Amino acid sequence: MCQTCGCAITPASPHETAAAPGEQRRSVEVFERLLAENDRVAGHNRTHFDQHGVLAINLMSSPGAGKTALLEATIRALKGRYRIAVIEGDLETDNDARRIRAQGVPAVQITTGTACHLDAAAVHRALHDMPLAGLDLLFIENVGNLVCPASFDLGQHLNVTLLSVTEGDDKPAKYPVIFRASDLVVLSKTDLLEVLDDFQPERAAMALRDLGGATPMIHTAVRRTPSIAAWLEWLEAQLCDRWAYRYVPTSR
Amino acid sequence: MSVCQALLVQVAAIARQRGAAVASITVEIGPLSGVDSAQLLLAFAVMRAGGNCATAVLLIETASVEVRCLSCGADSETLVNRLVCRACGGFRTRVIAGDELRLRRVELEV
Repeated sequence: MCQTCGCAITPASPHETAAAPGEQRRSVEVFERLLAENDRVAGHNRTHFDQHGVLAINLMSSPGAGKTALLEATIRALKGRYRIAVIEGDLETDNDARRIRAQGVPAVQITTGTACHLDAAAVHRALHDMPLAGLDLLFIENVGNLVCPASFDLGQHLNVTLLSVTEGDDKPAKYPVIFRASDLVVLSKTDLLEVLDDFQPERAAMALRDLGGATPMIHTAVRRTPSIAAWLEWLEAQLCDRWAYRYVPTSR
Repeated sequence: MSVCQALLVQVAAIARQRGAAVASITVEIGPLSGVDSAQLLLAFAVMRAGGNCATAVLLIETASVEVRCLSCGADSETLVNRLVCRACGGFRTRVIAGDELRLRRVELEV
């Protein structure tokens, strides 16, 4: 196994060099991911989701890109067919959770105070108020921010990042970490494209392509001329993939 | 701040086990990790107070971004927002360096 990237070295076995006679310091080689504790809790969350056969999606974007509006429209379209719930992350207020509950599905609000992202422990605490039994789909709406949420695994299966056409088509080039971590990019508010002459979807797609991989980009609009068919189709395909997977508990 | 806090918890545990104060901490932070080195240093200067890291220095190693092309196999050094193959221009690549976010080494006072 690789000895330099750390993948084969457990945190419990740091390599230690004793101080030579006369030396004032000794060195401990560690090779542990900085967010190892967050990763551990995220893995625990993922096990909960898998045990209940729930597909968990982490929804990220800058503030105001339309995450909650997209969720409202999604719930309206799918709630007859799938059991959906939402964990909402915001610095303050439970406005978003109330909007989701108004659609008739359970929502738990996490208020982070000053923290600009959710972490695995915050999601874990929220799961205590969110019965997973019987759910098909759990959305975790992250705090609006294109920087920090990308670094914290929450235990989700998929990352979706929204880019609204009122932002800039070079956002993937400016925030490569979050867009590179995305399994899908949703170009939102596309009904405004006709009145915005400086946003070119092709340029956004090109900037995304430059980050390597083949992350798909789909268009949505939920207000003036609603159009979320491509998004719903993608979601249903992910749910089918999920159901093909069976949870097998590890034997002891 | 969250990253710094996680770092201090990890390092404090290592130092406590060995009953020693921390002289230096070395971390690897790639440009694609999403963590800014300058901000981490700033947070560290404030947050190290009061524990066994109070006088420790934080050393940050930064690797450049490298991708391996899944089409032609070439490795190329590139930029954070241009993760395509320099050799063939292919966009199906895997990042092989530059996304590190790792505690590498702790030096303890003897």
